[in-house]
Amino acid sequence: MRTIGLGEIEDIALGASLLGAGGGGDPYYGKLMAIGAIREKGPVTLLSPEEVPDSAVILPIAMMGAPTVLCEKGTGGQEYKAIFDMASQFLGKKIYAVMPMEAGGVNSMLPIAAAARLGLPMVDCDGMGRAFPELQMVTFTIGGVKASPMALTDEKGNSAIFNTITNKWTEELARAVTMSCGGSVTVGLYMMDGKTMKSFGVKNIVTRSEILGKAIRSVKNQRELSPEEAFLQASEGFKIFKGKITDVLRETNGAFNLGHILLEGIGEYHGKKAEVTFQNENLAAIVDGEIRATVPDLICLVDTETFTPVTTEALKYGKRVLVVGLKCYEMWRTEKGLELVGPRYFGVDTDYVPLEVRVKGGNGDV
Amino acid sequence: MYKLGVDVGGTNTDAVIINDRLEVVAEVKHPTTDDVYDGILSAIREVIQLSGVDKKEITQAMLGTTQCTNAIVERKHLAKVGLIRIGAPATTGIPPMVDWPEDIQCVVEDYAVIRGGFEFDGKVLAELDQDAARAFFRKMKGKVQSIAVSCVFSTIRNDHELEIARICKEEMGENVHISISSEIGSMGLIERENATILNAALYQVARRFTAGFAKSLEEEGITNAEIYLSQNDGTLMTMEHALRYPILTIACGPTNSIRGASYLSRQKNAIVIDVGGTTTDFGVIQNSFPRESSVAATIGGVRTNFRMPDIISIGLGGGSIVRKQADGSVTVGPDSVGYKITSEALVFGGTTITATDIAVRLGMTNIGDSSAAAAIDEEFARAAMDVIRKMVENSIDALKLSSNDVEVVLVGGGSVILPKDLSGASAVYNPAYFGCANAIGSAISKVSGNYEQLIDYDQIPRESALEQAKADAVELAVKAGAIRETVEIIEVEDVPLAYCVGRTSRVRVKAAGDLA
Repeated sequence: MRTIGLGEIEDIALGASLLGAGGGGDPYYGKLMAIGAIREKGPVTLLSPEEVPDSAVILPIAMMGAPTVLCEKGTGGQEYKAIFDMASQFLGKKIYAVMPMEAGGVNSMLPIAAAARLGLPMVDCDGMGRAFPELQMVTFTIGGVKASPMALTDEKGNSAIFNTITNKWTEELARAVTMSCGGSVTVGLYMMDGKTMKSFGVKNIVTRSEILGKAIRSVKNQRELSPEEAFLQASEGFKIFKGKITDVLRETNGAFNLGHILLEGIGEYHGKKAEVTFQNENLAAIVDGEIRATVPDLICLVDTETFTPVTTEALKYGKRVLVVGLKCYEMWRTEKGLELVGPRYFGVDTDYVPLEVRVKGGNGDV
Repeated sequence: MYKLGVDVGGTNTDAVIINDRLEVVAEVKHPTTDDVYDGILSAIREVIQLSGVDKKEITQAMLGTTQCTNAIVERKHLAKVGLIRIGAPATTGIPPMVDWPEDIQCVVEDYAVIRGGFEFDGKVLAELDQDAARAFFRKMKGKVQSIAVSCVFSTIRNDHELEIARICKEEMGENVHISISSEIGSMGLIERENATILNAALYQVARRFTAGFAKSLEEEGITNAEIYLSQNDGTLMTMEHALRYPILTIACGPTNSIRGASYLSRQKNAIVIDVGGTTTDFGVIQNSFPRESSVAATIGGVRTNFRMPDIISIGLGGGSIVRKQADGSVTVGPDSVGYKITSEALVFGGTTITATDIAVRLGMTNIGDSSAAAAIDEEFARAAMDVIRKMVENSIDALKLSSNDVEVVLVGGGSVILPKDLSGASAVYNPAYFGCANAIGSAISKVSGNYEQLIDYDQIPRESALEQAKADAVELAVKAGAIRETVEIIEVEDVPLAYCVGRTSRVRVKAAGDLA
């Protein structure tokens, strides 16, 4: 058990933008919500998963919708109470703690705001270990946990509970309602007991974010290593490419922002070309025609000078980035995990080969 | 017909006179004085004398100034502000100024978040609570002279902001200074609101520098000139607009400098390298405007929605210290003797080998006592020049966007240390008059129109939506004073909304043209 205050939030937000793997939205507005809540209600207690009793009910909290809309509307602050009331009423049980569903991007911050405003502790655990575009893409799905009942509320006070037959249905219904509510809503879903959370959750992910954030902030103060080496060491990242963005080709399909980022090498990658494909999050990194990383491993673009992560919405022609791969959570590499979030699910026509094999030139392709 | 450009920087006040063929007639540099106007006055007087032009022939006068930036950074001369945000029941989870440094939060005397605002598609989010607004303005009356108004999605629809501005005048009188966020623009409520608050706090500073500039011109007998102020995006606004929106002058310096350099070399697309004593800045000019970075500018600890030029800075300059390392390799910088170069470099009688000494040794320039540099081993000097070349060529490579060579414009006092045959560069220009690039950048600026909307491509097909957006941006530029025939589209950007059903995109278009 420890406390999260204003100082910790800065680092967690920065680390979370790296775990966003290009998606999840810039955590800046989430950070403002968390700061606003902590200023008003005081710091949040962070529980390590082992401290949670097996029978305790945990409520994951997230925002759903367009980060661009969130950057205008924010949240009202009273949404968490509405979600909490709906969930406890529906379950007929007391809620013990909240937790993030998605540790990458803006959703890393909302549970902190929720915990502060509800006066509940937050668990150091999530269901992704990164950001993913659809709400069934959580380790809890592998564990057979249902997304519903899912509580949804907007800032105006409209709210709904979804009881659906599959997690994919929850995604479809909730996405449609989100648009009617004005493009961004707060949700509580995958309510589960402590035992399930401990068996299937990505543990200590908030702490990992914080460590990553602190590392990014301090790479320039490293003495023995170059900032780049320090960054790679601290993030346990695999260097995939370093280049400048020469083009960003975007298209939309349903709720998703698809596209390709074209890069030309700089420094030791001079003369090489790379391509990163994305569907909100980055899906695959290809260097000179060879795949170097795919989902569910994290493919992150960071600024070559500040190492600040770059989201796909903020991609700019000419920007110089380092393409870094981070290993995904082990459970994503199992057969069931790959069914949910493997390359083929996202239309990347290749078998999954772990990042650490790909970067060494192994591609497993026939 | 002549243009007068004045740039007030932290160190120098520069003035230039440019003729109607956009050629520099005269330029002067004057130290910036504590009372900024003495400096401006002296600079104007000198440049007119030097040029010999008839004062009556000066029809446009442009001012670029750092005074707003300085006022914010130093927390000086800022007025008390009342903030009203229209957006409840949304937005209340993020109180105003929640991440501002404490020492500047006090510019806001009090704030209210009232019901109102819009959804992304223009629907009403909540009915506007006029009573709450009236109550707030009554409370503010007599306490503040300046009101900032922000509103959810006011970039899509500004009617709630305009209505609140009207009520504000009813309650607080005609003389109250009102800043509305839709005039500052750009999506992202908090950044826009922050800029609006700072704008409201600057109204007295704005009065002083516009009135001061107008007075200086009048005193010098320049009575036929329209007055314009430089904005951070490299375009101009009228004095009336600057009085209401002084925040838009923030950080115009780097933009003016890059534009000035590109103009002097007559290059619309190039990499501009500005070599100083300690650092070298590389910027990119595209269609005569600097390429923007994707990072939001933070001014005095406050995050705003203004974009700065995309610049790479490296630790290389005329004063960079050159050393032989234990392993035999030669290094240049990143440390520098800085302004002490005139006493510490070999060619100035000092004992430190600097990049300038290397350039003198290799016969690239003739500064100071060249015999002092002769003592440097030639092989060592060549090794050092190779390092300098590599540093510069790597940065050029990092900035250019195709494998084709690009034009390079070399400016700044330290530029003598750079080789002129750079790989990646198709031509290297070393323009005259660079000393006053900021003032020149200000004087040759255009006026612009900026369009930004969220558009659903299922309702309006992308092609026609973009055509309409371009046409609207052109109209906005003409409205701002541009000659229609000269207006060009500078930038078009459309980014789909992520995690959103449908095909709504955020469309931004910038158009700019010459002043009438």
